[in-house]
Amino acid sequence: MSGLPQLLPVATFSLNPFTDLSDMLSNDFMRYAFMAGTAMALLGGLVGYFVVLRHLAFAGEALSHVAFAAALGSVLLGFDLLLGMFVITAGVALGMGTLADRARNRDVAVGTVLAWVLGLGALFLSIYTSSASAGSNGQIGVNVLFGSILGVQLQQAQEAVAIGIGATLLLLVISRPLLFATLDPSVATARGVPVKLLGVVFLVIVAVTVTEAVQVVGALLVLSLLVMPAAVAQRLTARPFVALFLSAALGVLFTLAGLTIGYYEPYPVSFLITTLAFGTYVGTLVWQQVRERWKHRASHRAQALEA
Amino acid sequence: MDSSTVQPSWNLVTDLQLLFQYHFMHNAFLAGTIVAVVAGVVGYYMVLRAQAFAGHALAHVGFAGATGALLLGVSPIVGLLAVGLGAAMGIGALEERQGSARLGGGVAVAGVFTFGLGLGLLFLQLYSGQAENAYAILFGAVLGINDSDVVTIMVTAIVTLVLLAAIARPLLFASLDPDVAQARGVPVRALSIGFLVLLAFAVAEAVQVVGTLLIFALLVTPAAIAQHLTARPSRAIGLSVLFALLFTWSGLVVAYFGPYNVVGFYVTTFAFGTYLLVLLVKTVRHSLVGRTHPIREEAAA
Repeated sequence: MSGLPQLLPVATFSLNPFTDLSDMLSNDFMRYAFMAGTAMALLGGLVGYFVVLRHLAFAGEALSHVAFAAALGSVLLGFDLLLGMFVITAGVALGMGTLADRARNRDVAVGTVLAWVLGLGALFLSIYTSSASAGSNGQIGVNVLFGSILGVQLQQAQEAVAIGIGATLLLLVISRPLLFATLDPSVATARGVPVKLLGVVFLVIVAVTVTEAVQVVGALLVLSLLVMPAAVAQRLTARPFVALFLSAALGVLFTLAGLTIGYYEPYPVSFLITTLAFGTYVGTLVWQQVRERWKHRASHRAQALEA
Repeated sequence: MDSSTVQPSWNLVTDLQLLFQYHFMHNAFLAGTIVAVVAGVVGYYMVLRAQAFAGHALAHVGFAGATGALLLGVSPIVGLLAVGLGAAMGIGALEERQGSARLGGGVAVAGVFTFGLGLGLLFLQLYSGQAENAYAILFGAVLGINDSDVVTIMVTAIVTLVLLAAIARPLLFASLDPDVAQARGVPVRALSIGFLVLLAFAVAEAVQVVGTLLIFALLVTPAAIAQHLTARPSRAIGLSVLFALLFTWSGLVVAYFGPYNVVGFYVTTFAFGTYLLVLLVKTVRHSLVGRTHPIREEAAA
């Protein structure tokens, strides 16, 4: 059985962007991929901004692994994959949110749970691939791990858009108090902001985002859409709401660019999205350092001239 | 191999004979033992330095190493070591640019490992597109380890342990109090990158047994348990190794006799179960002690 996310027949690229676009969008699967991808990337960019600010990258990673085990578990038990993934991941997020304060060494607690959940996923995968009749069964694990954006159906795309819009609205509603609670929890508490409740609600939003992202880039690459756009945005501007929307815009850009390149070139879309995200991040870091050195040198020269 | 048909008796000697009647089980136990020792020791330092996320990232990057090695036709461990080395340096360099690791919120680590995994996916696609290859790397294939793999694992293990022993004391100092260590002239930054490289080595070995995804069961959990049980470094390292060995062996035995031969699942389950048990016992004892000595609790608060 061959198993990785399927590649597209290589389309040829003309130099007319309009024909290219209409050619690309004439395929149902590309339209659905664009729909689901945009909704997810938008949500991921917005949520990611707070994930980075609240140092929750590792928690997001753990939730994505929970989503993996949950997806395989629900398939094994015959539940709806998306629904099962969503319910279980949100449940774990609730648990993490309420327990987080008590854990002294949060990383270790998260890591230990994470390892076990993945072990559970491995067990489910083994049972599922060996019990069901041979065929495309080997595919499902890889799909969940590395994403299957090109296999998204109309109904899934609509669900993704609906969930994406709902979660985005919820996040925007709580964004101001959440920002306050993130930047200065003690002052926020004193002012009567429900810091703890906001933290838990936010983790549930992260869980929703992760479940969405699993479909686009897969459980293993969730952080490329959850953390990387926000990391770049935070380096480019210090103003919170500018960074928030820049992060969302970058996420959408990476996803759409990844899909478009994937349509013309025979590379997996998840790989393209992660590479674009990582490349932009490293590029930003290097560019900022070069610019700083330049400024430094320029000020030195000005001082030398004055003297 | 259909190991689910093997039935354990209540006679320990015959059970052991049954367990070791196949050569692949010899290799699995050998490799598992070596890896558990290395992971136990390196894991202690990793937990102490709060670098669990970095270890996780190095493990994930290992996926690219192993698939790249498949593509080039070399042994997976060579690819694992090479990519692990590169990623360790990369994380070190990026974190430095990003500012302190805490400020970055693990962003550098996240960037390196998602990119590494994406690359691994590409390599796998270029190689064959077979899902089975991915699963073997991701979840481990300890039952498929051959003789030359055991030798490679042994050699890397010895190198890792010797190097770690050489920097053990300054590393402990730099981990516990980086500022004072820096002031005393300990090369904190060099040690930090050096340790990441050793961590990459340990991860490259552990991938053979439990796979890139389940490594935490050997790297984090034993060390975390040991830290809960004792505060003394030497004793904690010993305990950490002991627990890692225990989880690996029991995982192998249960996978051999049990219904599913998913070694990784059993190893992670034993590790997680023990961790929960230790936490539970500690909490119960703490509340008991608190009840009998109300004054001590007040003093502590």
